[in-house]
Amino acid sequence: MLSNAFLHRHSLWIRITLHWALLLPLVVSVFAIISSAWGGDPVQQLIHFYANWALNILVLCLVLAPLSRRFKRPALIAYRRLVGLYVAFYAFLHILAYLVLDLGLDWALAFEELVKRPYILVGALAFLILLALTLSSPQLVRRKMKRSWLKLHGFIYALSLLLPLHFWWSLKSGYIEPLVYLLILLGLVGLRTRQFKAWIGSFRS
Amino acid sequence: MWIRSKPSWDYLSENDVTPEAIFKQRRLIMKGLVAGGAGLGTLGLPSTANAAWFSSDEPTQKVMPLKFKPHGNPPSDSLTPESKATTHNNFYEFGTGKNDPANNSSHFQPLPWQLKVDGLVENEVTIDVEKILAMAAFEERIYRLRCVEAWSMVIPWVGLTLKQLLKDVKPLSGAKYLAFETLYDPEQFPGQENRRLGGGIDYPYREGLRLDEAYNDLTFMAFGMYGKTLPAQNGAPLRLVVPWKYGFKSIKSISRITFTDQMPQTTWNMLGPSEYGFYANVNPGVDHPRWTQKTERRIDDAGILGRTRIDTLMFNGYSEQVASMYKDLDLTRYY
Ligand code: HEM
Repeated sequence: MLSNAFLHRHSLWIRITLHWALLLPLVVSVFAIISSAWGGDPVQQLIHFYANWALNILVLCLVLAPLSRRFKRPALIAYRRLVGLYVAFYAFLHILAYLVLDLGLDWALAFEELVKRPYILVGALAFLILLALTLSSPQLVRRKMKRSWLKLHGFIYALSLLLPLHFWWSLKSGYIEPLVYLLILLGLVGLRTRQFKAWIGSFRS
Repeated sequence: MWIRSKPSWDYLSENDVTPEAIFKQRRLIMKGLVAGGAGLGTLGLPSTANAAWFSSDEPTQKVMPLKFKPHGNPPSDSLTPESKATTHNNFYEFGTGKNDPANNSSHFQPLPWQLKVDGLVENEVTIDVEKILAMAAFEERIYRLRCVEAWSMVIPWVGLTLKQLLKDVKPLSGAKYLAFETLYDPEQFPGQENRRLGGGIDYPYREGLRLDEAYNDLTFMAFGMYGKTLPAQNGAPLRLVVPWKYGFKSIKSISRITFTDQMPQTTWNMLGPSEYGFYANVNPGVDHPRWTQKTERRIDDAGILGRTRIDTLMFNGYSEQVASMYKDLDLTRYY
């Protein structure tokens, strides 16, 4: 089946398929707006939809390494960057929807909310991390950054806490969904305790 | 008595706004009257329409035309299109997503329905909603609705003032508050027994008003909107409308009203006392801890990109009618 050789040989097709699959939520959202499937005022729905897909794709991204180890498919790792970029993509759409559709591009209000509301600040922090990971993701940058690249990309562990926190804080009631994400994300970090400890260690010395 | 030629309060009327839309709506009502047959003249539920209400297999967004006295003399807010007001709802009994209520309520049976009124009153009564629908002289009130989440709509309700609805009840002198309850029936409201769907709320949904608030001229019991009976997602068959308070005070699908001497427990206040007060008066000066209340996103006929935020008004613009009730109250403390 999906042997390493297969994963390497058909890399182009796999990539194209992945792009299509990961763009699907965007396509769905566009159709939902056009067809009014999300009701007459889909603003909040859009904000939530993109946010939830950013989280889902983050889970997918973090699951690739344990999968590749468990099933001895190192070739899987090659797709991690592509998947990771879509996390940032949907997080960006999430924030864009909030700024444009909800706040109506009222920048003064956006700034006021950022400093006044801790959950927005946490979201912004998470987005800064995603932005840094995105900008440093090209191979060229990676090679230039040498060891500090790993240090930077270890901040993906921080997202496992920041995002469920942002999610939970943004809710008017209930906690089940952010809790489920928190447990999944912590579980995935737990599968790589060695790397996690090494990352923490890299800040000492 | 409910025909007031010169009301003291400034409701909006429909004459100012989207006249062609209203015109179409009128024609729909007319068609409904024709289709409904002679029985509708009295607003009793005619047998044909009755069948439509109760056939449960196909989705039943069966709303019926209502007769009402329309209103004149408007400010300039334009109406929220009906298609938006019926698909963007907070009604966690049907799910927490904005369009969950429209999607998950198609089998809801609003009739028959009894509203029990008890507690500190001279006459405890049970009101049969079908009878009200058949007999009441409804009026239309076009009100701004401001959600605590900082969006707002302008909706033409049809119904009675709460005062008129409760005119036979006669509160005892000890009565200081009214406690309201949404029907508890998990068969009809799936969110009431599914914690995830229902957002972790302790059902039944509860709300309350002070006695003077309940008897204010603006406080309205809606049986319909846009000229027809309420759809399930908007709180069928009857809901409160308190336009100077955040939307969550306007409790839906009410099954019980109790007059009491104590401030009643209210659902959102129980969930987050620091975020949702008992009074919940619209107040741009007191932010929700997690978002601003200074401005709001008005949901009107603009596309999602065409919308700008507007300033939120004190008491949602109804100061003249209600501010005097709170002159001795510190509104920052009692938000
Ligand atoms: C500057 C950055 C950010 C801002 C201003 C922001 C803003 C918001 C707002 C306003 C909400 C709540 C909407 C509501 O009222 O219901 C929200 C919820 C949420 N945000 Fe963010 N966010 C930011 C960054 C992020 C990032 C980077 C993620 C990454 C995945 C994210 C994921 C979520 C999730 C999962 C929710 C909950 C959605 C739901 O309730 O289903 N946010 N955010």
